[in-house]
Amino acid sequence: MPKPILSKNFGKKNAHSLGVYIQDGGYEAMKKALTEMKPEQIIQEVDKSGLKGRGGAGFPVGKKWSFIPKEATKPKYLVINADEGEPGTYKDRPIMECDPHAVVEGAIITCFAVGIHWAGIYVRGEYVKSIERLEGAINEAYAKGYLGKNILGMGFDLDMVVHRGAGAYICGEETGLLESFEGKKGQPRMKPPFPAIVGLFQGPTVINNVESIAAIPHIVKNGGEWFNGLGAPGIGGGVKLFPVSGHVKKPGVYELPMGTPLREIIYKHAGGIRGDKKLKAVIPGGASAPVLKPEEIDVPMEYANLAKIGSMMGSGAVIVMDEDTDLVKTLRVLMCFYAHESCGKCTPCREGTGWMAKIIKRIEKGEGESADLDTIVSIANGIRGRTLCPLGDAAIGPALSFVTKFRQEFEDYIKVGAG
Amino acid sequence: MPTLTIDDQQVTVDQGTTILDAAKKLGISIPHFCYHPRLTKVDACRMCLVEVKDAPKLVTSCSNAVRDNMVVFTGTPKVEEARKSILEFILINHPLDCPICDKAGECKLQDYYFRYSCQPSRFKDYKVKKHKVVDLGAKMVLDSERCVVCSRCVRFCTEVAGEENLGIFNRGDHSEIGTYPGKKIEHNYQGNLADICPVGALTAKDFRFKCRSWLLCKVDTICPGCSNGCNAVVHFALRSFNGIKGQRVFRLTPRENNDVNKIWLCDVGRWGYSFVDSIDRLTTPALKKGEDFVKSDWDTVLRETASGLKTVVERYGPSAVGVIPSPHLTNEDLYALKCLFSCVLKVTNIDFKLPGLDKGEGDKLLLKADRHPNTRGAELLGLSGTGLSAEAMMEKVKTGEIKALYLAGSDPVKYIGEKAEEALSRAELLIFQGTNFNASCKLARVILPGATFVEKEGTFTNYQGRLQKINKALEPLGDAQADWEIFTRLGKRLGAYPSYRCAEEVFKDMAGEVAPFTGLSYGKIGPQGIKIVDK
Repeated sequence: MPKPILSKNFGKKNAHSLGVYIQDGGYEAMKKALTEMKPEQIIQEVDKSGLKGRGGAGFPVGKKWSFIPKEATKPKYLVINADEGEPGTYKDRPIMECDPHAVVEGAIITCFAVGIHWAGIYVRGEYVKSIERLEGAINEAYAKGYLGKNILGMGFDLDMVVHRGAGAYICGEETGLLESFEGKKGQPRMKPPFPAIVGLFQGPTVINNVESIAAIPHIVKNGGEWFNGLGAPGIGGGVKLFPVSGHVKKPGVYELPMGTPLREIIYKHAGGIRGDKKLKAVIPGGASAPVLKPEEIDVPMEYANLAKIGSMMGSGAVIVMDEDTDLVKTLRVLMCFYAHESCGKCTPCREGTGWMAKIIKRIEKGEGESADLDTIVSIANGIRGRTLCPLGDAAIGPALSFVTKFRQEFEDYIKVGAG
Repeated sequence: MPTLTIDDQQVTVDQGTTILDAAKKLGISIPHFCYHPRLTKVDACRMCLVEVKDAPKLVTSCSNAVRDNMVVFTGTPKVEEARKSILEFILINHPLDCPICDKAGECKLQDYYFRYSCQPSRFKDYKVKKHKVVDLGAKMVLDSERCVVCSRCVRFCTEVAGEENLGIFNRGDHSEIGTYPGKKIEHNYQGNLADICPVGALTAKDFRFKCRSWLLCKVDTICPGCSNGCNAVVHFALRSFNGIKGQRVFRLTPRENNDVNKIWLCDVGRWGYSFVDSIDRLTTPALKKGEDFVKSDWDTVLRETASGLKTVVERYGPSAVGVIPSPHLTNEDLYALKCLFSCVLKVTNIDFKLPGLDKGEGDKLLLKADRHPNTRGAELLGLSGTGLSAEAMMEKVKTGEIKALYLAGSDPVKYIGEKAEEALSRAELLIFQGTNFNASCKLARVILPGATFVEKEGTFTNYQGRLQKINKALEPLGDAQADWEIFTRLGKRLGAYPSYRCAEEVFKDMAGEVAPFTGLSYGKIGPQGIKIVDK
C-alpha cells in the first residue's frame, strides 16, 4: 500500500495548524510553483497528472484552467466548490477539517497558474468545523505572508475568503453556486456562457472541487506523471478518495488508486458486508449514480468504465445495501430528496421529480399499481437530457435503475406490500 | 452571416440569431413559455426544444445561436414527444380551471395542449396546493396554481419597470411567484404582466371575470392617455355580456412599435378608457333651459349654435368669439374646427394651450407629462398664437368683450379653476362640445355630444412628430358624433364649407393645405405610423 497523499493528515493531531503542516513539507509546492515555475508549466503538469474534477463531472482540471482567457477586462476568480451535498459523499469534509492548508496551498498555486487574485471557497453551511478550520488556515496563511500582497516577494497578490452556503443541494451545481455566492437565489444559469468566460460577478471563473484543489500541491511537488502513475495500471489519473457507507463492516473514507475495482473497495478495504450478509445493490458514485447489481461490482472505479456499464463515477461515494434492504423505501428516500432539492427553475425537473416522489410514496403505502412503474420510467425519460442543469439527470439515475434492475421487488411490493 | 436549414428550408440570418428567431423568419413557430423577445433569456421552460443534427440532445431554440450549415428539425417525433412531455409536466399540478380562467382563449398552455398534446392525464396523485387570489397590489391578482414559473413577470419588473418587488419563492414544484415581505407591486406598468403571462396566473383586476376573451373584437388604435402615442389594440364587445350593463370597451392592450412603445403600455393609459362607457357620457344634444339641461336634437342645437355665433360675429365682429379646442381631438377634428372658425368666421382667438396642460406626472419609460395624444398635431395646425391666449380669453369673457366661447373638448375649469368658472358663467353664449360631462360643460348653454377615440377614425401626432392612425371600433354612444362631423354640419349653416363625408376626406384637404401633412394619405400612414416632422 503506497503512502496516502490526500488523506495523510486524516486523524493526525493538530494537522490543521500551519506549524504541523509546514513541518510535514507543507507550502513547499507553493514555493516551488511561485519561484521556480512559470504558470504554463504548472498547467502542463496538471494536464499530465490526468487529474479529473473530483466534484462529480470528471472534467480534466488542466483543460478547465486553460479555458480562462489570458486577457480579461473583468477580474478573474477561483471558486472552490465545498458544497458537499451529494448523499453518501463525505470526502471533502475531512480534507477541510484535517488538512485545510492543503486547500489554501492548492488555491494559491491554482491562482498563480491561471492569473487570479481572488479566491473564494463556498462551503456547505452545515460544515461548521470545516468553515472554522478553513478560516483558521486562511488567517494563518495571511499572517505568514502566503496570502495577501506580494506573496513570497514574487509580486503575486491573492486574497481568499470563506463563503458559507445556506443549505441547498442545487448550490453544488457550479452555476447555482455562483448565483448563491453573488447573494441571489441558488438556481443554475443558462449555459453558454460557461463560467470560464462569464462566471462569478461576470468575471472569468475557475470552479474546482476541494479534492481537486487539495491534490494540486502534490502534483506540483512530485510532478504530473508521478500523480498519474498512482492510478490503477492502464487507467492512471492518480488517487481518489472513496467515501464508503451503508452495510459494510468498516465504513469510511478510503484513498485508493483511480480504477480500483468496486469489489475490492467493498470486500477488501471496507471489510465486506456487515454480518456477512449477501450484497443486494451498490450505488457507486453518490446518490445520483445508477445502482449496480452484485454481478456488476467488478467494474474499475473510474469515469469511463462506470459510464460503460450505464452508471457513473460521480463523487466516488459508495453506498452499499445488503440483502435486507427495502429498495422501495430506499428509492422513496432518494426521490423525496431530489423533489425537495429541485430548484424549480426548469419544467421537467421541477414537476418530474415531485411526480416520481409522489408515485413512489404511494407504492410504499401499498396503493401502487403495476402501471405506476411504467409511468416512473416514462417520467424519467421525459426528464432525461432536457433539463437546464444536471440535477434532473441525477434524479433519474436512481429512479430508472432501481425500477428497471429491481422491477420484481417493486412488483411484489405492489402486489403484497412490504411483506 | 450563417446559413442554416430548418425543416428542409434554407435561411440566412445575422450572426448571433437564435434558432427560434431564425425559424420565425421562415414562418415556423416554435412553442415557448419563458422566452420573450424583450426580456433576458433564462432557458427554463424547455418548451422550445428542437432537434439539431449531430447534437447529442435536444437543444433549446430560444437560447442557442445558429451556426453555419446547422441542420434543425422542429417537428420530428423526438421533438413532438418532448413537447408532449413538457406539457404533461406543466399540467400535472395545474388546476385545469379553464372554464373560469380569464386567460382562456388566449392562453399559451391551452393552445399548446390543443396543438401538441391532447392527451389524457396520467396523474393520479394529489396536486400541489398553492396560493390563489393573491393580491399583488392595487391592480394585479395572482393565481399561483396556474403559474408555469416562466419568470417573465419577475424579469419584466426588474428589467423593464425597474422595481424589484417580485420574486420566486420556495423550490421545486412548490415554487411560487410572490412579492417580497411587506412589498406590493407599485409601478405604472403592471398591466403588461397580464399580457406577458403566458397563462392565467396574473390577471388584471380591471378585467377579471368581466368577459370571455373570445367574445371581444379587436381594432388597432393609439392610446389617448398621453402625448407618447403608444400603439394599442382596443378590445370591445358589440353587445354586453355577463350582465355588465353598458360596458362596451373592456381593455386596451399594447401593439408592438419599436420606435414608440416597444411592446408595452403604461397603466395610466391602459386603464384610462373607462370614460368611453361611463355614466357621465354626453349622449344627446342638449340646451340649457333655466338651470337645467333639456334634451334636444341635432337640428335644433346646430341651428341654435349657428345663429348664436352668427349674431355675435355680425354684431361685435369675430374678435368677440373665442375658441378653445382640446389636444384630445384628432388632426381631422382640429382641421375641421380651424376651417370653420378661422376661414368661415374669421375668428383669430383660437388657443388650445390652457395653462398646465402638460403638467401631469410623467416617467422615464413611456408616460409623458402631457396627457394629451395630439398636442403636437394642434401645434402643427397652428391652433395657438393667432389671437388671444386661452387664459386671456377668460379675462375678456369676464369683461364681456368676448361674447361667445366655444369649448371643443376642453375643460378650462379643470386647468384654471375658479377664475374660469366665474368667466364661463358670465359668457353670453357658451358652447360645449365633448364626450363627457364636466365642470365647464355644466356652465354651457348648448351641449354638442362628441365621439371618443374608439368611435371615430382619425390621426394623432405624437410628441416625436409621428403621425399615427386611430380607427373606429364602435358607433358613437347615443346621438354623439365625431367632432369633425359636427364642425362640418355647423359649417354648412354658416357659409361656404366643404361637405366632408368621412375623416379621410378631411385628411385629404388637410394634406393639401398644411405643410407637414403634404402628400400624405391614410394609405401611406401604415400600422406603425409615419414621422412627419423631425423632433
